[in-house]
Amino acid sequence: MTTSAMTGTPPLSAPVQDPLPPLRPPSGKRPWRQALRRDWQLYSLAVLPILFFLVFRYLPMIGNVIAFRRFEPGGSILGEDWVGLRYVEMFLNDPAFWQVFRNTLWIGFLTLLFCFPVPIVLALLLNEVRRTSLKRFVQSVSYLPHFLSIVIVAGITMQMLASDGPVNHALAAFGQDPIRFIQEPEWFRTIYVGSEVWQTAGWGTILYLAALSTIDDDLYEAARIDGANRWQQTWHVTLPGIRPTMMTLLILNVGTFLAVGFEKIMLLYNPLTYPTADVISTYLYRTGIESNSFSYAAAIGLFEAVIGLVLITSANQMSRKTVGTSLW
Amino acid sequence: MSRGPRKSVTEPTRGYRVFQGVNGVILTLVVIVTLYPFVNIIARSFSGERQIRAGEVTLWPKGFNLTTYKIVFEDDAFWRSYGNTVLYTVVSTVIAMTLTTIYAYVLSKRELRGRGLLIGIAVFTMFFSGGLIPNYVLITSLGLKNSVWAIALPNAISVFNLLVMKAFFENMPKDLEEAAQIDGLSTYGILWRIVLPLSKAVIATMVLFYSVSFWNSWFSAFLYMDRTELMPVTVYLRNLIAGATTGSNSGAGLDQLSQAAANIQSVTIVLTALPILAVYPFVQRYFVSGVMLGAVKG
Repeated sequence: MTTSAMTGTPPLSAPVQDPLPPLRPPSGKRPWRQALRRDWQLYSLAVLPILFFLVFRYLPMIGNVIAFRRFEPGGSILGEDWVGLRYVEMFLNDPAFWQVFRNTLWIGFLTLLFCFPVPIVLALLLNEVRRTSLKRFVQSVSYLPHFLSIVIVAGITMQMLASDGPVNHALAAFGQDPIRFIQEPEWFRTIYVGSEVWQTAGWGTILYLAALSTIDDDLYEAARIDGANRWQQTWHVTLPGIRPTMMTLLILNVGTFLAVGFEKIMLLYNPLTYPTADVISTYLYRTGIESNSFSYAAAIGLFEAVIGLVLITSANQMSRKTVGTSLW
Repeated sequence: MSRGPRKSVTEPTRGYRVFQGVNGVILTLVVIVTLYPFVNIIARSFSGERQIRAGEVTLWPKGFNLTTYKIVFEDDAFWRSYGNTVLYTVVSTVIAMTLTTIYAYVLSKRELRGRGLLIGIAVFTMFFSGGLIPNYVLITSLGLKNSVWAIALPNAISVFNLLVMKAFFENMPKDLEEAAQIDGLSTYGILWRIVLPLSKAVIATMVLFYSVSFWNSWFSAFLYMDRTELMPVTVYLRNLIAGATTGSNSGAGLDQLSQAAANIQSVTIVLTALPILAVYPFVQRYFVSGVMLGAVKG
């Protein structure tokens, strides 16, 4: 993650980034033949990793062409023959697709709304704790859920919300009837976002706490001399100090907006909650792998990936223009 | 962190003292909300069926018994899946460490021709991926289904871990490597005998990152392992939760089975999380420092 100050970048350099071509250091660009002769051992070390990237990362990207080709299981992984946009038209005309598209936007939006700010608030609160031992303890505890398998988190979530679980017993203590949380579509978003916050909030504070620790004490001193109270210090010194971190994480969050926690939804949803819980990725899993409509599902997957790329690129551009922070 | 000393300069206002009190309460609540589900699950795993149903189990087991543990321990399917998890984790971590280390070392050589391209190949995959279906088609047609390779190979390099290691290698002093080069050591020799022995800290961190993520992973195995005897424990647990398997083929009596139905999940959750929970207090700081290194330099 790099932070480039607005002042340093010329405004029109967006598409081509070729900084200062004339000044090349003498050791920088040696001819390829010379580089190969000198560093062939280093290049040989790179062979297996590059093979990994080509086969397991780039080949699947190319494999997306089956979205535009007829595909037969057991046949070529690149499909048999071209069918044009047939599968794209198919999902665009599929009401089930638009249902899961809406669900995805909802869950993505709620995730962003809660999972992005909660770590910031938690980090600010932790930053005000004076006893280091207490702070350490809270940090250690709050990081813990991050290290557990998502299957365990889903299992715990379901146990807590089961008809004989603690939540329903607490409700019963207030005279409420038990709620079948896991079977009720209207509860799914709350459960999903809640468990997501529970799992990620603590770990999410790490980068903010690191940024907070780099803020110069003199800035607070100066603010205090100017008569700023605690709240004003937080507003005018602390928050600007962690802004680059906030923006970086916001860009990343926006980029993964549609790629909502697929694995967790797979574990938490069931046919009863499909009306709210079924998202693009789970839908394409079921149509593609369970019903063998590989091309159709690949078309949906490609659509999702392209939107993701567009989202992260535009969020990056917007952030670069407005606050001068960008990923690249 | 460094804001402690400021308090002595100005008297804390009454409002600030109130804030400190409220802050303490909030953070205590955070700790309780985070820990309660764990403690409750552990308590349930040792409790009796009737007490769980009645909602008596909160922080401490009620109707203490080890019946459920006994049922799970006697279940061959559980042990087989646990063994599979260990095997998959070890194989995958060894492969991932090898590929990640050598590539990070190559990328750390600033003067290497084509370095930008080599980094770009890796970083681009952070933002764009082939997606579920093409990956599935690929793994299937490579014939990797129902083998450990379906889990190990597609996840062999995590770009984040790669960048962390690259940052570490970049910050290493170059003198030793240069001296070794003059002594006639090959690049492989330098990496093996000079660089790696000096990188124990980052290697330990990376091994932790990878092994925890492989231990926890379930979806690759869920996709690519068709046969139940190949399941890792996470998929075993997933099937328990989804009610797809009864979890017990030990021929236990009916009483035991109803006991099992209630809290066999809790026991399996506890046993699956156990290795992570056991090492967590000791290794937590390595994770934190690893993430910092990756975030600052990546």
